Amino acid sequence: MDYIIEMLNIRKEFPGIVANNNITLQVQKGEIHALLGENGAGKSTLMNVLFGLYQPEKGEIKVRGEKVKINDPNVANRLGIGMVHQHFMLVDTFTVTENIVLGSEPRKGLSVDIRKAEKEVAELSKKYGLNVDPKAKIRDISVGMQQRVEILKTLYRGADILIFDEPTAVLTPQEIKELIVIMKSLVKEGKSIILITHKLKEIMEVCDRCTVIRKGEGIGTVKVNETNPNELASLMVGREVSFTTEKQPSTPQDTYLSVKDLYVKDFRNVNMVKGLNLEVRAGEIVGIAGIDGNGQSELIEAITGLRKTESGTVSLHNKVISNLSTRKVTQSGISHIPQDRHKYGLVLDFPIGDNMVLQTYYQKPFSNKGVMSFKNVYEKAKSLIKEYDVRTPSEMTKARALSGGNQQKAIIGREIDRSPDLIVAAQPTRGLDVGAIEFIHRKLIEERDKGRAVLLLSFELDEILNLSDRIAVMFDGQIIAEVKPEETNEQELGLLMAGNSTEKAGAE
Amino acid sequence: MFTNRMINILIPIISVILGLLSGAVIMLIFGYNPIAGYGALWEGAFGDSYFFGETIRMVTPYILSGLAVAFALRTGLLNIGVEGQVFVGWLASVWVGVAFDLPMAIHLPLAIIAAAAAGAFWGFIPGILKAKLGVHEVIVTIMMNYIALYTTNAIVRHVITDGEDQTENIADSASLASTWLAEMTFYSRMHYGILIALFMALVMWFILNKTSRGFELRSVGYNPFASNYAGMSVSKNIILAMMISGAFAGLAGAMEGLGTYGYLASKSGFTNIGFEGIAVALLGANAALGVVLAAFLFGILKIGALNMPTVAGVPTELVEIVIALIIFFVASSYMIRWFILRFKKEGK
Repeated sequence: MDYIIEMLNIRKEFPGIVANNNITLQVQKGEIHALLGENGAGKSTLMNVLFGLYQPEKGEIKVRGEKVKINDPNVANRLGIGMVHQHFMLVDTFTVTENIVLGSEPRKGLSVDIRKAEKEVAELSKKYGLNVDPKAKIRDISVGMQQRVEILKTLYRGADILIFDEPTAVLTPQEIKELIVIMKSLVKEGKSIILITHKLKEIMEVCDRCTVIRKGEGIGTVKVNETNPNELASLMVGREVSFTTEKQPSTPQDTYLSVKDLYVKDFRNVNMVKGLNLEVRAGEIVGIAGIDGNGQSELIEAITGLRKTESGTVSLHNKVISNLSTRKVTQSGISHIPQDRHKYGLVLDFPIGDNMVLQTYYQKPFSNKGVMSFKNVYEKAKSLIKEYDVRTPSEMTKARALSGGNQQKAIIGREIDRSPDLIVAAQPTRGLDVGAIEFIHRKLIEERDKGRAVLLLSFELDEILNLSDRIAVMFDGQIIAEVKPEETNEQELGLLMAGNSTEKAGAE
Repeated sequence: MFTNRMINILIPIISVILGLLSGAVIMLIFGYNPIAGYGALWEGAFGDSYFFGETIRMVTPYILSGLAVAFALRTGLLNIGVEGQVFVGWLASVWVGVAFDLPMAIHLPLAIIAAAAAGAFWGFIPGILKAKLGVHEVIVTIMMNYIALYTTNAIVRHVITDGEDQTENIADSASLASTWLAEMTFYSRMHYGILIALFMALVMWFILNKTSRGFELRSVGYNPFASNYAGMSVSKNIILAMMISGAFAGLAGAMEGLGTYGYLASKSGFTNIGFEGIAVALLGANAALGVVLAAFLFGILKIGALNMPTVAGVPTELVEIVIALIIFFVASSYMIRWFILRFKKEGK
């Protein structure tokens, strides 16, 4: 079998870290080849080497059997390699066609021959079943459609080999299904695909073969039809991984958090939480299930002091904490793992060490009479980095430079280390790989077993079912049902989340 | 081979060299001798003790206005109003200097503090407007510059004096001038202010890098959302940052009022001390030590340039071009960074 792309024994170093060591990736013509690895394993680095953004220190690259030196993305383009980036590179106010031809516009005299371009785009779109309107403006189309525009961009430039960088991270389940169909039709037309991912389900569904890298090392390549998700997961993480976290039944104690008849408005001044009641007790994990936009964010913000409430109360240990300042709420014993770790969880331009004391910097031993002791700060940071397995070259590395999973582990370490009574965890594992998810789930259960109260918000039903001791279903600003995870299933939860009552959902 | 830190230090140095080289090319094109030109500039800055004293005199307010801009930038704010804050600082220091008759141990510190307070107040206004109403500080500070200019002129003419164009000289007890320094430097206008400026550079470094308040200010500058999440008051820190920045600028005004001139004359236009501060901060990479070094460079160029027309026949405007080119190269540091990385790659 001929390989269309061969990357042999690639090594790429960055100051203080070997990102790729001795990695070999061989892609056959006409296959969908998965590149699997945890966050920070070196997948993106390897692809950036192939795309000409980085130069490898060692190793060689062959395209269609010929040795090549790719020192520039333009060279990669000429070789027929196209990249569908995770974060789209599109001009919002341009049309689909304008975006696609950008940089290689067909000309008619001095002006761009947009008609001709539109026709070509329409043809390409039809050929691969992409169903994109060439005249639509980017800002008016869905994220899934924007991704197809990115695909068309590479096809328009004559790419044979398409690299998809975590393409499903931004898509809805329906869009993921459609993308899989598109990928299959691309392969049928003779294209080859490299799929960067850490989602095992997708690999099993769509890929032919899978190359695994772990901590920068090439682990090997397996045929997908000869393996299973468990094997892939243990190859990727380097040990056995369980998909359901083992835990003892909970023994809930006193009520820690109590929310009574709470009303909260959002930034548009619309009531999003409408008379909500909720209790979380010591030693239990309460999961909030619901479709995004039913007031979950506002509820979390009201509990953690980031948003003022209209009426009703939030109390911790029978003391009202609603409308206190965020600092007072934090001091009263609440930790918050925020939904958006880049916006709220971290100061990305601070060293990761500084981020470890984001709430406690003014307290002893980090600060004494207003003067900081960075020695103590970094000592603390070092111990948290070790304990929570945050992979970073040092505590002085900017938070921005860490992978998503390691950023999240740092936040979780910081939040748990404050020994709070209540941990509010909003989508704690969004975008993370199985290894990191397992770690975070284990930590949350450990905290529960220490007698802390955990309030979990997640849009992943698996996570809700797996972690919660009690599930509260939120719909239209209220908790409309409470169910036990062992007495329910995804179907029932799905119906409840859509606003059906318990009886009705149970009857279906 | 090159760490990030080294690259950050190399960029301003390379920018300065490129700026000087381009200046030499321009001199050549217009038929001047660049070696004679730069020689005259060097002579003009260091040639004798008078020139040296004048250079230090020029450096003093540049350090403080550079610190003002740098402090604001480090906390995520663009303070274009340093010029206006210099004016009100100058006015406050001179006013205290002429209005009272006190022992020096009280009078001089009082005049200096008045300048800092006036600058802080001038920074407080855009600060609170941004913190409470979200008004962009750039627009407010630019307008505040004009308000400062014309208000100080009006106060000089109609409040402190009776229709005069300039105030009386300040009392000796409020003066930073020093006969000793003046005699040493052949009666230049060098004064003790340089010590204050250097001390304030230390203060800025200490506040930002060593105090928990500085941690908060920087955190709010980088990411107000995360800072709010972490329990910091974003609006309080914005206001405070603008006030501290304004205080630095006010002190720059005091250097002129209490040191160089000893009075305030009504002005037809800006002094440019504040605007040069933006360039100084940019070249100094917003670090305290960097600002001091950049201020020295600017002071040398400005004072040395005065010598260029007489000795080498090169017009002083050329120095302005060189300064502009240096800023251009710093601003396009991306380009220099690219070359350094390129060089690094090939070197391997």
